[in-house]
Amino acid sequence: MPAGKSQKERETPKSSVERRNFQQLMSRNSRCWAQALRVAAIDDLPLRHRLFLKAYRFRTLTPVPFAPPRRPLPESRVALVTTGAVSLPEQPPFDEKVRGGDSSYREIPAGADLRTLAIHHRSDAFDPTGFEEDRNLGFPLDRLHEMEARGEIGAVNRRHFSVMGSITATGRLVKDTAPAIASAFEADRVDAVLLVPL
Amino acid sequence: MCHQTVGLIAAEIERRGVPTTSLSVCREITAAVKTPRALLVPYPFGYPLGRPGDRELQTSLLRSALALLYEAGPPPVLGATSEGVKAL
Repeated sequence: MPAGKSQKERETPKSSVERRNFQQLMSRNSRCWAQALRVAAIDDLPLRHRLFLKAYRFRTLTPVPFAPPRRPLPESRVALVTTGAVSLPEQPPFDEKVRGGDSSYREIPAGADLRTLAIHHRSDAFDPTGFEEDRNLGFPLDRLHEMEARGEIGAVNRRHFSVMGSITATGRLVKDTAPAIASAFEADRVDAVLLVPL
Repeated sequence: MCHQTVGLIAAEIERRGVPTTSLSVCREITAAVKTPRALLVPYPFGYPLGRPGDRELQTSLLRSALALLYEAGPPPVLGATSEGVKAL
């Protein structure tokens, strides 16, 4: 699926508002607005997902929580969160049959061998072959270790977290999973977290 | 949906005083959720770091995403990159 094929963009008034806000942000923040237009769009998805997303009310963060950077990157302890639903071979798989989405999480140690991780995220919303070929595509743990070796970041945190992205009923995610992950990173004195959607 | 999941987990981590950054292939959802920081990348769903096995591209995307941590607010802070577009 090539990026940004969607030409016809029929949207509800609400998302037009979002788009305007976004454009304001982009014109202020971005050097390459034209390129950004080529990111994937909801219209790239299969019909079933498009119809669902048109009707779905996303949770909007108001106000947007925003913590300042703690220390320069070469001194920072960095952790990852992926929604790619990876797990260690000995961990229980994610359950795709849970209505509203399986909002459990798996802790992945920094020393994990990415090639041994199982992937439970099966969705026709995206092409999984790239991620299956190279887990770094959605869980860039090897890249992070390389950045640590070069001194670009201070340290790779001792543990990282994996969740399954396709959660439509967000109650338990917000009430249990997100706080559990945040508490773990707080306890580890993590300085920065990178989240990757899949 | 995964972009909303990213935003909601990021929010809880930010509330504890730990800054977060993220990648996004879908600006519509990232903008709707108002994820605190996100690098918008020009790739299809399932390819947030561009291309399997491309260490150089993946590393440069990570650098750009992490650089957003040092961008002044107010949030949401969005960045964009055209890196690797021609190669795909």
